[in-house]
Amino acid sequence: MLVLNEDQRMLQDAARGFVQEKSPVASLRKLRDQHVADGFDRALWRDMADMGWAGVLVPEEAGGLGFGYVGAGLICEEMGRTLAASPFLSTAVMAATALSRAGTPAQKDRWLPAIAAGEAIIATAVDEGRKHNPAKTALKAEASGNGFKLSGEKIQVADGHVADAILVAARTAGTPGEKDGISLFLIDPKTRGLSTERVATLDSRGAARLTFDDVQVTGADLVGELDQGLGLIEIVLGAGRAGLAAELTGNAQETFGRTVAYLRERKQFGRTIGAFQALQHRAAHLFCEIEIARSAVLSALQALDRDPADAALSVSLAKAKAADVARLAAQEAIQMHGGIGMTDAIDIGLFAKRMQVAAELYGDADFHADRVALARGF
Amino acid sequence: MDALEAFRRDTRAWLEANCPKEMRSPIRGDGEICWGGRNWTFQSDAQRVWLERMAARGWTVPAWPKAYGGGGLSHEEVKVLKEEMAAIRARSPLESFGIWMLGPALLAFGSEEQKKQYLPPIARGEIRWCQGYSEPNAGSDLASLQTKAEDGGDHFIVTGSKIWTSYADKADMIFCLVRTDPAAPKHLGISFILFDMTWPGVSTKPITLISGKSPFCETFFDGVKVPKANLVGTLNRGWDIAKYLLTHEREMIGGGAGGLLGGRSPGQVAADEIGLDATGRLDDAFLRTDTARAEVDALAFALTMARYKDEAAAGGRGVGDKSSVLKYYGTELNKRRYELMMRLAGHGGLEWEGARSNDGELPRAWLRTKANSIEGGTSEVMLDIVAKRLLDLPSA
Repeated sequence: MLVLNEDQRMLQDAARGFVQEKSPVASLRKLRDQHVADGFDRALWRDMADMGWAGVLVPEEAGGLGFGYVGAGLICEEMGRTLAASPFLSTAVMAATALSRAGTPAQKDRWLPAIAAGEAIIATAVDEGRKHNPAKTALKAEASGNGFKLSGEKIQVADGHVADAILVAARTAGTPGEKDGISLFLIDPKTRGLSTERVATLDSRGAARLTFDDVQVTGADLVGELDQGLGLIEIVLGAGRAGLAAELTGNAQETFGRTVAYLRERKQFGRTIGAFQALQHRAAHLFCEIEIARSAVLSALQALDRDPADAALSVSLAKAKAADVARLAAQEAIQMHGGIGMTDAIDIGLFAKRMQVAAELYGDADFHADRVALARGF
Repeated sequence: MDALEAFRRDTRAWLEANCPKEMRSPIRGDGEICWGGRNWTFQSDAQRVWLERMAARGWTVPAWPKAYGGGGLSHEEVKVLKEEMAAIRARSPLESFGIWMLGPALLAFGSEEQKKQYLPPIARGEIRWCQGYSEPNAGSDLASLQTKAEDGGDHFIVTGSKIWTSYADKADMIFCLVRTDPAAPKHLGISFILFDMTWPGVSTKPITLISGKSPFCETFFDGVKVPKANLVGTLNRGWDIAKYLLTHEREMIGGGAGGLLGGRSPGQVAADEIGLDATGRLDDAFLRTDTARAEVDALAFALTMARYKDEAAAGGRGVGDKSSVLKYYGTELNKRRYELMMRLAGHGGLEWEGARSNDGELPRAWLRTKANSIEGGTSEVMLDIVAKRLLDLPSA
């Protein structure tokens, strides 16, 4: 059934109320104007953890809620509506997925309860080049002592500048482009040889550029199987992509809602501009597109709850559609607001900027449409 | 095992035993659809047997009550039945405007006598219905229709004409919107009546379209006597029924996806006909990009239809005004689909006559889809409905 159950609806209501009250768009504006280096508000993240959100995907026995991907996606969607900045996606969605599925007992004991409590932030470092492509991982991990020596670079690591631990995709064998030979390590960002540069991003949040200069890790830092990490990375990225798709639909719904409200009140040429058919038809078309995207997102989240290893097509469908639709929503919002839509004083621009980041991260619409096509046999 | 799983198991076994082999391949084009009716000639024994067996179980209209020839199945059971039919690629045993449109309208607005009289023959494929809605000068402004039904005592006298009456030349009966009060505001003087296409004063004439073939007709009424018992619902309140029925029609038109693709998406057709490169991608970059985006939209659209139905079932209501979303998006998508089909067929899509191309089946189907965003309310009318009713934007 492509409908929310009672528990999920309650979570949605609670999430909506919480972000509207505690993290309206004005909060992001404040983070930006005050140049807060973290790129999010730690007190807010503690409050989110108190709501149980940090443990939404952590199993109950490790102190989490075990609420599943539909629940996590609903939270992402509500965060998308107010541009609430937090390490939710990196930590509660992606890192929790990685560790609960593939962590060693020691890694699980050390990190899962800390994630659920909101005490640990864990970033995932995959991208190295201009366009997302995990199979092209080149960061080298050479056998050394009882472990590996890592050298190379990672870019656009969301929350990498504030992380207590970082999941790093590295090449332990083969050459960039090959699917085999990639492994995932969980490392301490203070390890010698690893330098972290904070990058202020378009969406007023933060990410990191990581430079690895012979960073020594041990075999105990490996997450999942040696050389066979791409499957696990894809699952972790799948969770992140679905979360971003949910956030993008929240972003699109909010800019669309604001635009429709504006069409109802703004007068020009002696009438309410919402009465002009040229604008009505564009607004109605956009509404239809958002409806289509929402179905794809809910289906992807349900597919992840059934089996994350078998959700790739659903997730790519959702990310491709949501990214395209959020882009259209942002463009139409600016255009229909007219000149004022271009000003920093109203929030539309903030939504557009976050849209661009969320659309690009972990594969843009082209990347995911390509995957859908391949999965469908062409 | 829960009840639904038991139902699935039984359904699978029954379909396996009862669906003839010949009925287990996708319908390719209009010629293979079973429409039923008084003058119907079955294309094969398999087609007849399949209809009889499904009708006996009430599964031609699985959601209708058993008392009226239906299967009395729940929303979930209907879904299971459809899934199990799809799994063996079973054809629909019967298609008809009676099932899609008149039946739901009678269930909602008809009297008990009317339900008993008309619904079971629809379910069994014995009576074929057509729709008398549009008129030559009304078009998308449906409520401005002029066909009049004057009071003749115990009957109406119907005079006027209808256009775009699909399959009127093959139908046994018509459900028809007529003006019963010319003085009332245009939505408030319309009634919904039923009558026989063989009655005196009824005549039809086919309309030729750019596709060269089409189901459309013009239908003329010259003083047709219709008993008042054939009025459905309240006199002069036929517009409520018309709207209800249009909702069903829009859902259906939006959901109808290209017959010529045989259940395949354009991307899969393209892969078969154009071929793949060494990386498994369609060997035509421009076509692949457009096809991939259409594929994304088609999959997401199918999920949206499913979501709306699930939401409607969960809320115990119909899809309502959201049917405009489905009609608009589904028909625009179907046009894109056939544009892609023509592009990938290339020269192969240019033949108009001759056995090899089945008399230009593809270009005719391509041209036929151009009507999708006109019939049942244009795309522009659908966007108007979304803007006004779902977004609450002001009227001009």
